[in-house]
Amino acid sequence: MYKIVEARSVGLNIKQFVIEAPRIARKQKPGQFLILRLHEKGERIPLTIKSSDPAAGTVTIVVQAVGKTTTLLNCFEAGESILDIVGPLGHPSEIQNYGTAVILAGSVGTAMALPTANALKQAGNHVIFIEGARSKEMVVFEDEVRQASHETYVMTDDGSYGEQGLVTMKLNGLIDAGRRLDFALAVGPVPMMRAVARITSPLSIKTMVSLNSIMVDGTGMCGGCRVLLGQQSKFACVDGPEFDASQVNFEVLMQRNTMYRDKECLSLKHFELHKREELEQIRAELAAKEQEMTRLRGELDEEEKHYV
Amino acid sequence: MSESKSLPTQTPNALPLKERMKILRTPMPERDAQARSRTFEEVNLGLPPADALTEASRCIECAKPGCVVQCPVGVKIKDVVALICAGDYLAAASKMREDNALPAITGRVCPQENQCEGGCVLGKKGAPVAIGNLERFIADYERESGQLGLPAIAASTGKSVAIVGSGPAGLSAAGDLIQKGHRVRVFEALHELGGVLVYGIPEFRLPKSIVKGEVDNLRRMGVEFETNVVVGKSVTIDELMRSEHFDAVFVATGAGLPVFLNVPGEHFNGVYSANEFLTRVNLMRAYQIEAYDEPVYDCRDRDVIVVGGGNTAMDAVRTARRLGARTATLVYRRSQAEMPARLEEVHHALAEGIQFRMLTNPVEFIGDEKGWLTGARCVRMELGEPDADGRRRPVAVAGSEHVLPANVVIIGVGTTANPLIQSTTPDLKTNKWNYIVANPESMRTSKPGVFAGGDIVTGGATVILAMGAGRKAAVSIHDYLTSGTWETA
Repeated sequence: MYKIVEARSVGLNIKQFVIEAPRIARKQKPGQFLILRLHEKGERIPLTIKSSDPAAGTVTIVVQAVGKTTTLLNCFEAGESILDIVGPLGHPSEIQNYGTAVILAGSVGTAMALPTANALKQAGNHVIFIEGARSKEMVVFEDEVRQASHETYVMTDDGSYGEQGLVTMKLNGLIDAGRRLDFALAVGPVPMMRAVARITSPLSIKTMVSLNSIMVDGTGMCGGCRVLLGQQSKFACVDGPEFDASQVNFEVLMQRNTMYRDKECLSLKHFELHKREELEQIRAELAAKEQEMTRLRGELDEEEKHYV
Repeated sequence: MSESKSLPTQTPNALPLKERMKILRTPMPERDAQARSRTFEEVNLGLPPADALTEASRCIECAKPGCVVQCPVGVKIKDVVALICAGDYLAAASKMREDNALPAITGRVCPQENQCEGGCVLGKKGAPVAIGNLERFIADYERESGQLGLPAIAASTGKSVAIVGSGPAGLSAAGDLIQKGHRVRVFEALHELGGVLVYGIPEFRLPKSIVKGEVDNLRRMGVEFETNVVVGKSVTIDELMRSEHFDAVFVATGAGLPVFLNVPGEHFNGVYSANEFLTRVNLMRAYQIEAYDEPVYDCRDRDVIVVGGGNTAMDAVRTARRLGARTATLVYRRSQAEMPARLEEVHHALAEGIQFRMLTNPVEFIGDEKGWLTGARCVRMELGEPDADGRRRPVAVAGSEHVLPANVVIIGVGTTANPLIQSTTPDLKTNKWNYIVANPESMRTSKPGVFAGGDIVTGGATVILAMGAGRKAAVSIHDYLTSGTWETA
């Protein structure tokens, strides 16, 4: 059981959680992710780690309610526990002093890109952060973004905050203005990452994208997260999650991500209809589990006393 | 007449040899093939005590029992069978446990025809003693009696062992090491304990409750378990030894990354590795789709093809059938005789309506414009000259291309080594396939204090071989912990 020590809303349907997970906190590096399972009947979903505090033994994740599991997770509050969390998984971001690094992040992708942006800044890069969101209430962590970068641009689709337009519009603007860009990282919806790759690849700007393919175990065992790089198949969980954007077949990624869309929709609809009952049931199950574990721990301690 | 009837229960050896050899092998009662092909309930129902007695009385007690020789862990089968004949099932079970910590599991999943039963002299003329069924019988009897004879635990040695992986190798090593008085902690990457026994082997062949029972026994003996730890990521081997002060580590991480065929179309929606398909259905309980959140592609009234001829492929194709597949077809590039799958599974599969397309190999997967799988383009094969491992090499027949309709294709043709531990433990020697190099007797690796066994050393093999490796490792680890010396082999 992994206790939530802090839960707060940071945007429309977006919540930040600080969770006790000491092993992950000790090892996490920017770009890595974890996999969690909320309850006994829950699915396993991967989420990028925003930050960790090894001393406190906590990790921070940011969750946008999209499907059933993320919607359910966002109902959780501080003091409650998550059944299973494993990590950190995947390779960390490759941090170098490239020169000028541009980060393009869409909405909740901002949380995922923040640790890498920070690391790039510390490594001596001039960091340009372009944050995009649908509208003002989905612009998240603006203060942290400003701290992690030398130049910050906020773009909204509807123009309700920052400048109106897509992140790629700003990217094109910088290129047209003759800015030299040595490195790019794009984290967000697949069409956004593809659009970035289409701009930077012809210009030979080294570009990494963090891929969100469907995963189960996260250790390379199932191969469900395979992505196509050129002609080569790679596993996002152990070979990624970051890949060279110029090699990624985004069409295949988008197609594979639709694999369970029907089921996801049904599942979410069902949950929304029965939210209260299901939440109550899950909370009761988790509380029972917590009690059981406390009891077991007590028994073990008793047994250990015998040996001493 | 009445005398001979009462004999087997009282004096195991009284029945004359000739009489024993007249008794026919007792069939395992099983669920009706039609009914079971739509449920995940266990196929085999287990022998009733009377049948177990009859079956045990068939043993002619060879002076040199071939069954014991052929058992990878050397279970004293002859003695076990004699105890069954004597009606002392609990004693039979504890005799079994001297060599095999997980009899309820191996009784269900061992390929007995190639091992103990393959060595049974009765098999030369008729059917061998059903050793696997007897093994399962005594293990189930013991569990259901609630009188489990947990072995004695030696006084604490003050030494501690980390075991990486809770599959058959890890669990059997844990059981042996805890008895020797060492502290034992098992690390598991997934959220549930049992490794391949829970994510791979389906409920209808090995119920989860059996695995849980064995894990609980180990827990009662004092073994500690920690789930959700990916050694190599969450913690390295060096950290386990230096920061967490384990005196020895046993790496038993099992089979690794799934092998794909590397043919065009493998990225279409509907193409799975057997590992993924089975993990979704078994570990994540996607077969109870209404109650559980993890999805699996709806196989109902669809055409499913499974590629491969081993136990994993067999498990996948029978699982697809149970999920409601209209057709569940096994495609294998050699002939049925070369299939590595357990014989009983082949029989069960055929009875359940699985179609076998032998000497067939996919060369391309075909999909629609939205990326959904529609079929597999296959070629017919014929067997040519024997290859390195002695099996005749399949060769494609020119002009034999044909398309089999398929909405789901599941690839079960094997695995390669998972690199997570090797890549974070630089002084751990690996072979050219990236499996960990370990001495076959001592299970010692190139790194002092670190042992390895099971599929991560041998490549994909069987549950019993992994268990054997775990037990060997336990002996060797105990030697190392008590002697404190590490001579490099």
